[in-house]
Amino acid sequence: MAYHWNWAVFASPEPSGQTTYLGWMLAGLKTTVTLSLSAWLLALVLGILMGTLRTVPSRPARLLASAWVELFRNVPLLVQLFIWYFVLPELLPAAIGNAYKQMNPMLQQFLAAWICLGLFTSARVCEQVRSGIESLPPGQKNAGLALGFTLPQTYRFVLLPMALRIVVPPLTSEFLNIFKNSAVCSTIGLLELAAQGRQLVDYTAQPYESFIAVTLFYLGINVVVMALMRWLEARTRVPGYMGGAQ
Amino acid sequence: MMDLDWSSIPGALPFLWQGMSVTLEITVVAVVLGIVWGTLLALMRLSGAKPLAWFATAYVNLFRSIPLVMVLLWFFLLVPQLLESVLHLPPGSDTRLASAMTGFALFESAYYAEIIRAGIQSIPKGQMAAALALGMGHGQAMRLVVLPQALRNMLPLLLTQGIILFQDTSLVYVSALADFFGAAYKVGDRDGRLVELLLFSGAVYFFISFAASRLVARLGKKASV
Repeated sequence: MAYHWNWAVFASPEPSGQTTYLGWMLAGLKTTVTLSLSAWLLALVLGILMGTLRTVPSRPARLLASAWVELFRNVPLLVQLFIWYFVLPELLPAAIGNAYKQMNPMLQQFLAAWICLGLFTSARVCEQVRSGIESLPPGQKNAGLALGFTLPQTYRFVLLPMALRIVVPPLTSEFLNIFKNSAVCSTIGLLELAAQGRQLVDYTAQPYESFIAVTLFYLGINVVVMALMRWLEARTRVPGYMGGAQ
Repeated sequence: MMDLDWSSIPGALPFLWQGMSVTLEITVVAVVLGIVWGTLLALMRLSGAKPLAWFATAYVNLFRSIPLVMVLLWFFLLVPQLLESVLHLPPGSDTRLASAMTGFALFESAYYAEIIRAGIQSIPKGQMAAALALGMGHGQAMRLVVLPQALRNMLPLLLTQGIILFQDTSLVYVSALADFFGAAYKVGDRDGRLVELLLFSGAVYFFISFAASRLVARLGKKASV
């Protein structure tokens, strides 16, 4: 097997001459990070909302939230992505569907990927938030109500502030997952990191250099996210709990 | 809003079933190999031998940090070349199924290793001590006393991971291998009925995964020690 290693490929200009192949990689990295962070925000907002709904006394609200979780957990991410990208625009009212199809294709891909990753991850965040709320002693809720708080106030001022601090460590792995899952979005043509890597292989026939670089970028993302979350975990630790501050 | 037309599905069912059998084949092979290799990794990680423990830790951390799509791309690049040079297959033989199975098995074993390690660590130390006191060797004690209990405890988690793997096999799409999803996509593309076929494949995955996770939950209650 005679393979010609050529690491200089990253410094050579890409076909349009506007940037180098390394420039492609960095553009892909930027898309991966932007997509993952913005989808994480969506996942947090919806996940906290749904996780709260899973624990409220109202039965329809609990049913809605558990249907949400089952739906997004039992369909493969790739299928969900294709449904958002190819199916939804057809099922929406024609005016909205057409407006979507007339958008810049890159924006279309990004939007579908953002909604897909955000909702997919929200189901997982939801389950963590629910178990966080359920891990609180029932006395906390009762005490809140006995003090004259309404139920929403009890959640807002008593239960959620505690529960959200407890779930920071398990959310770390979901946060890492969203970066890894974003690679699936290369399948609809979104030029994120993995897609740029494959494109580079098509143009240069240097698969090993390209894949090694992409893999190293993902490892780098992992290291940075872990460091960030460790810092956050230390700041949000609840004293008196396992692993809590002394 | 377009009208849905499901008429291309009945005729395509044999082709879709072929795809489903590829999906199931990959899932079963990857689950079995993944659990075997994952158990070995977990034992290495817990063993006293430093180099083995380091290797297992590095392996698990590496595979858990890389996206599955990337792992599959690596295996679709590497496995054909390895097979060609080791087994002297003619270049261009279809090794995608073998590549997919290897990729999934090696990737999932990192996740299985972590589940199994936690399972072994959940067994009270007294079990090992009692087995050693009865005169068993360390390997015997692990195999006859600790692992059977640990496996029983973690059975639900191992099966749940299997359901996740079943869903993840759809990612062989990156190699154009016709698993269930690939088959559905091809039919939809051919007949201009992509919307219907994508919804259909989503529904099939949903019902299988949902039913399987319900079964696992029931089994979990039964199997708990």
